[in-house]
Amino acid sequence: MLSVKGLRAKVGENEILTGLDLEVGPGEIHAIMGPNGSGKSTFSHVLSGREGYEVTAGSVTFEGQDLLALEPEERAHLGVFLAFQYPVELPGVNNTYFLKAALNSIRKARGESELDAVSFLRLIKEKLKILHLNDSLLKRAVNAGFSGGEKKRNEIFQMALLEPKLAILDETDSGLDIDALRVVADGVNALRNPERSMIVVTHYQRLLDYIEPDRVHVLAKGRIIRSGGKELALELEEKGYGWILEQEQAA
Amino acid sequence: MTSTQAVDDIVRSEYEHGFVTEIESDTLPPGLDEGVVRAISARKGEPEFMTEWRLKAYRHWLTMQTPHWASVHYPPIDFQSISYFSAPKRPEDMPKSLDEIDPALLETYEKLGIPIEEQKALAGIAVDAVFDSVSVATTFRSALADAGVIFCSISEAVHDHPELIKQYLGSVVPHTDNYYAGLNAAVFSDGTFVYVPKGVRCPMELSTYFRINARNTGQFERTLIVAEAGSYVSYLEGCTAPQRDENQLHAAVVELIAMDDAEIKYSTVQNWYPGDAQGRGGIYNFVTKRGDCRGARSKISWTQVETGSAITWKYPSCILRGDDSVGEFYSVAVTKGRQQADTGTKMIHLGRNTRSTIVSKGISAGEGQQTYRGLVRISQRAEGARNHTQCDSLLIGDRCSANTFPYIEVKHPSANLEHEATTSKISDDQLFYCRSRGLTEEDAVSMIVNGFCKEVFNELPMEFAVEAQKLLSISLEGAVG
Repeated sequence: MLSVKGLRAKVGENEILTGLDLEVGPGEIHAIMGPNGSGKSTFSHVLSGREGYEVTAGSVTFEGQDLLALEPEERAHLGVFLAFQYPVELPGVNNTYFLKAALNSIRKARGESELDAVSFLRLIKEKLKILHLNDSLLKRAVNAGFSGGEKKRNEIFQMALLEPKLAILDETDSGLDIDALRVVADGVNALRNPERSMIVVTHYQRLLDYIEPDRVHVLAKGRIIRSGGKELALELEEKGYGWILEQEQAA
Repeated sequence: MTSTQAVDDIVRSEYEHGFVTEIESDTLPPGLDEGVVRAISARKGEPEFMTEWRLKAYRHWLTMQTPHWASVHYPPIDFQSISYFSAPKRPEDMPKSLDEIDPALLETYEKLGIPIEEQKALAGIAVDAVFDSVSVATTFRSALADAGVIFCSISEAVHDHPELIKQYLGSVVPHTDNYYAGLNAAVFSDGTFVYVPKGVRCPMELSTYFRINARNTGQFERTLIVAEAGSYVSYLEGCTAPQRDENQLHAAVVELIAMDDAEIKYSTVQNWYPGDAQGRGGIYNFVTKRGDCRGARSKISWTQVETGSAITWKYPSCILRGDDSVGEFYSVAVTKGRQQADTGTKMIHLGRNTRSTIVSKGISAGEGQQTYRGLVRISQRAEGARNHTQCDSLLIGDRCSANTFPYIEVKHPSANLEHEATTSKISDDQLFYCRSRGLTEEDAVSMIVNGFCKEVFNELPMEFAVEAQKLLSISLEGAVG
């Protein structure tokens, strides 16, 4: 589904990704963990097409397509979704209107008919139910004045609605208290299915108590230095990143 | 594509309504002197008092200087190279119904998407369409007449209601007011007159579309709206112009008068040709708009969406003379390419417990320059006056500019004034966020801009709000959106 090979990327003169390899199969959940500054967010941004990063080597293939050649909106049309670490506020833009425009632009790009207001509202209600959210978010401007928890919930809600094939959750747990974390994790779990892959980028193991990954990868200095099952996350939680970095240096 | 490139593309989008209708015009040769003023008056078959009124204004205008205080830059205007009168052929033979109207003209309206025919009837809007300088189509006059509302061209009003014209014309904006108001009073070509009698709620939204069409012709419109005690009227003014080379001067005057408990709502969507990428050939829009809340508890509300013109220079204002009267100004102004706009409002509080609200939203893209210039004056007698001003600027790209000059003069200690101002940019983060959700950059910008302008659009009548949103998207196409 997603195949990343030897990915190198820099911001200005600084090389942040130094040869990253990752294979994600359909329906798999991969956790990417790593210390601050290891390149976690850069990786999320490069996958979703944000400006300001120069890819100098390597490839990213998504369902046979060269993802790096596409504009951000084209990636979204293919089914790539980024849940932002810091969701952006759009003052004055109604959340429902935004969601409808986003969904319809994706449907249009896929050659599907656009949803009218009635069917869209029906769909929204259904998704709210799955995620156990109330509709108060719908009437407000996109993320404007939302609390940290509300912003993250709104991201998951967008994900539920846009039904991506590959969701990248960029430190979705950051800034959340334990209750908010639960709500978000429950939402993610509700959206798990055999066709939907996820990359969960996180600093702490905590989130993985709620979202159980198939694979765990440790990212350090711009590449993946260790991969394993969910037990690797527990080991990291216990020992920190230090030991793994030392082992890496010794090797 | 970088966002700067995207901005450039949008900025470069061609003017959509650029086309010229071939109609034979009965045009006076360029130049201005007393003879021309008399000729205009004569062609319109005006009574003596009107000719004298014009001449008085002309003689005063000769003593005036062009104003230079606005933050706009343009070469000096040669007033002798302008033709001061242009009317569609056979002005003495005005059409009585749509069938009599030149099909080329109707086609122009079609291109502009102006639903002048049955659609208007369904929408319940009466149209007094101004094509060049003479009104050529008026509908719904009889429905209005049943309600006692007079809705006609200024020329007709001069003939049919001279007593009202004598009483009110120039009573809010006298010919001595400013240079362009003086010029307008001398040479005004035509315009609209509305009179709503006591206690009458005008049964429909009144609407006039302006269109400048004959080459090298200054257009000097004059609008006068009088709302008698306890009456209500909503007036929509919208315009768009064909593409051309020469700069065109447009110096209109709009006067509104609201008596006791009367309310006038005046909405404008302005989309005149802004000039090409180098700023050549756009309209100069130097307009004087003023409302006089003469009566107690009267209300005048200006709502404007300004996207066109090379240079815009206008300050729709309210004189709050009556006690407890209310003035409102809601504005969205867009400048892109080389457009310049110096716009805002004046709220002159004279009466007790007068209230005013100013909401100004400025959007600059490309190399657009925009200035908000506002005055709130609380006079010695205006006990308990209140004003709330909100002035927001949105910048798109990094070569445009926005300035704010709020003037405040308070002469009564009980005054309560609030002023809020913000300047923001459409950030790369916002654009990326929208794009990562599948929206194109243009859709994203249009969405953010519409969100920014929402408070003003909410003040527009429904069908106008839709039009305004569309217009905004068209104007910012490729400019970021």
